[in-house]
Order: sequence, then structure tokens, then C-alpha cells
Amino acid sequence: MNSTSGIRDALAIPVGRTAAEDRPLAAWRSISAFAPPPIATAYGTLLNHREALAALDDVVHQPPHKAPPKAPVLYIKPRHCLAGHGAAVEVPTDAQALEVGAQLGIVIGIEACRVREADALRHVAGYTLCSDLSVPHTSYYRPSLRYKARDGFLPLGPWVLAARHLPDPDALEVVVHIDGREAQRYSTAGMQRGVARLIAEVSDFMTLAPGDLLMLGAGPAAPLARAGQTVRISIGPIGTLEHRLVPESPA
Amino acid sequence: MKHARIAWAGAVHSAVEDGKQLRLADGTRLSEDEVVWLPPVQPGTIIALGINYADHKKELAKELTLSAKDEPLAFLKGPNALVGHRGRTRRPADASFMHYECELAVVIGRHAKRVKRADALAHVAGYTIANDYAIRDYLENWYRPNLRVKNRDGCTALGPWLVDAADVPDPHALGLRTFVNGELRQHGNTHDLIDDVPALIEYLSSFMTLSPGDIILTGTPEGVVNVKPGDEVVCEIDGLGRLLNTIVADGPA
Repeated sequence: MNSTSGIRDALAIPVGRTAAEDRPLAAWRSISAFAPPPIATAYGTLLNHREALAALDDVVHQPPHKAPPKAPVLYIKPRHCLAGHGAAVEVPTDAQALEVGAQLGIVIGIEACRVREADALRHVAGYTLCSDLSVPHTSYYRPSLRYKARDGFLPLGPWVLAARHLPDPDALEVVVHIDGREAQRYSTAGMQRGVARLIAEVSDFMTLAPGDLLMLGAGPAAPLARAGQTVRISIGPIGTLEHRLVPESPA
Repeated sequence: MKHARIAWAGAVHSAVEDGKQLRLADGTRLSEDEVVWLPPVQPGTIIALGINYADHKKELAKELTLSAKDEPLAFLKGPNALVGHRGRTRRPADASFMHYECELAVVIGRHAKRVKRADALAHVAGYTIANDYAIRDYLENWYRPNLRVKNRDGCTALGPWLVDAADVPDPHALGLRTFVNGELRQHGNTHDLIDDVPALIEYLSSFMTLSPGDIILTGTPEGVVNVKPGDEVVCEIDGLGRLLNTIVADGPA
């Protein structure tokens, strides 16, 4: 398989009721960079993992937060965040390292508006791997575009695995390696809201469109990576997403 | 020139203002009430500013945990939020305080990365009006204003027109007014923006690329009041037109 067909296959995101064939590519390692799957709007979920929220301890009760979150805490990664497998992501000069929010990405296939939890998985086209990058920050009071919305801050892919190949998205092991060393390992079973419940609660007030990405949330103790390092994220049935961090190019 | 996107006779068209009418590319003239108004641009990234007028900041001071002003409060919205001129916006059944926010919306026309203030306005395609509703009942202090408050389906009216930047010589001398059922409830002027349009483009483009079709909602002045189903809300900005929106009850229409 040559690289051109590899990229084309990676873009063959199944949308709507007829899921495209989308098995992982045997030759992906020979391909230097993939285009990201063609995502419409990318939504992230903060602190969905129980241990990630618990790690904040009493901070959730202190000002400015004053109380733990009730609804899912969501954010948007704008279009220039999207980067493909193999991307080189620039680390801003004023950041020592980036936080790697390795997580499951849910790609919507059928419009989801006020769906019930029991029906929610029918709206999923497939799943992908997300490296949701942030400049580390300790306050979640205000959304921070400067920390989360920078160009290239969402490598994802390499492909979208059709949902029919992944009947239980709530028992997946996510493993992160940085420069070949294991840096994080967690299970999606630890989420406060699993895939179906998250879709139901989010679609209660905002419609998810075909091609939208809803990220399930990062695991506890998200690892840090510096410029020069390589990040590899694996979820067994889906595959492996790899990207590099590089120093910011001069203005 | 003023540009619109409309649906009419089974298709989506671009149109321009022609007297009191709309003119399609093929010369067809239509009145305002025989078309369906869509948001005037297909949105790219939608960026909104909070607390960008000094008077509104004062109005909110009681409930805010205010800290020293360091950088603009910017947040993002999805395309699901947009609705065009003469559209409807749903008030959730359990809401006790839902309010409009009349805002100058800036539409980007040229890629902008690390743009300096002096060059910023050259990246603007034009301006339109936004009415960015908020349901305050759902405010939580986590990435506030959270999406449940600010990114609800159809809660950001946009339009009617995209007005060419060339026709808006000074975007910082525009009066804004909101009328609820004909009564003036909010007024301000863009010269009171804390971070003006060039400052916002300089700030945002310092860390993220802005591209054609991106929209920046620049914030709202004081004077936000509760609205209920049946209310007609008109947001007006000098030179840009009047954006009409009707509040409807929750649930299927």
C-alpha cells in the first residue's frame, strides 16, 4: 500500500448510516504524516475521569470554583488545532512542557439532538485517538484559549475505527509513551460519564452534527512532554497515534 | 455593500441589499419577509468575548470573582449556536434568567497569524450583529461561561447582513441598542470596548491563526434583562442594521 492510498483511507471517515470500511493500515508506519480525520467541530470534556477530579481535592470547593462541576465541563478546540498522526507540534517558547490529554475521541455519525443514553451509541460513527495538548494550567475557572486553542494542539487519528468494531468503548485501556517510556496508563472505565451518558447529557443542550468530535476526557495525572520528545498514544483495538513536539519557530 | 445568505424557493442563495429589498445574483428582487435569513457567513471558528465593556463589568461585579485584568476573557462557540435574522431562540423550561447580549461581530477575511495592532483591520472582511443569549441559571465556575450557558442550539442570532469593512470606516464609533417588544432596554457604544477590534485580533492571532470566516463577538454593554417566550428582541447597531429574534418556549415547535 502506498502512502497516497494510506492517507485516502485515513480520510475515509464513516459518516451517516453507511459506515465506510476503515480497518487500520498495515503500512502506516512508513507514512511520515497523515492528514487528521475531517472533523467538523471538536469538543473536549474536562475532568471526566473520577481520579482526575478527585486529585483536585478540596480545590473544587474553594473560590473561584466554590463547588464541584455538575454538568459536563466542555471546551472547544478550534479548527487550526487539528493535526494528523506524525505531526510536529510547536511548544510555545514560554512553556516548559505541554500536558498531554491522551483520550478516546468519539466521532459522531448521525445527528444527535436530545438523545437518550440508551440510544446514544447509535449516533457514533467511530472512535479515534486524541492527544489533547495544553499549556499546563491549574485554574479551570476561565476557559483559556491561550493554553488550549493554539495551532496544532489536537493531534488525532491516525484513522477512525468504525463503531461496530468497538462495542464497549467504556472498558478501554489508554497507554501513553513519551520517548518510548510508559508515562500513563488508565482505563476509560474510570469515567464519571461513559460514552453514551456523555453524548446524552451534551446533546440535551447542543446538537452534535455528523463529523463532530466529542472527546471523552483525559485520564488522571496527565503526563508532560517537552520540545524534542515523541508522544505515542495507544488504545488496543484502535491503534496508535504518534506525534512529536518541537520548539516554536521564530516569529 | 451588505451581503446576506438566505434560503428561498428551495435553495440557498447569496443576496445583497438593494433599497428595502434583497437582490439575488440573478437579479431577482425579494422582500425581507419572503426569505429565510441564514447567518450571513458560514462560520469557521467562533470566538466570543466576555466582560469587554467597562459598564457591563460593573453590572456583573456582584456575582463575579473579579481579579486584576490581565488578558481578554475569550471563549469559543460551535456552529450549532447560530441562527439567522428573524429566527427563533428557545428558552429552557426551567430557566429563571435568560438574557440577550447585543454585540458587534467581526468577520475575518484574511489569514491572521501574529498580526500587529496597526495591521489588524486589514484582516477584517466586515461586520455584523450578534445577539448572544445566555441562560444564567446554568452558570458554573468551570471554564466559565460554560457551554451549557453559552453554546446552546440557536442561542446566538447573527445577521442580518455582513457589511463590508470598507463601509464601516470606524468600528469603534457605533451605537448599539436592544429593544424588547419595542422598548429600549440596552444601549451602548463600541467606543467603550475595553479591548477594541485591533487589540482582539492582535491578541488572538498571537497564539492562534485566524482564518476567513472566523467570527469574533466583541462583548456586550450593560443593560441585560430577562426575556420570556413571545418576546421580540431587536438588536441594532449603527450602519449594520437590525437583527430580529423571537423567544419561544422549550420543546418541539
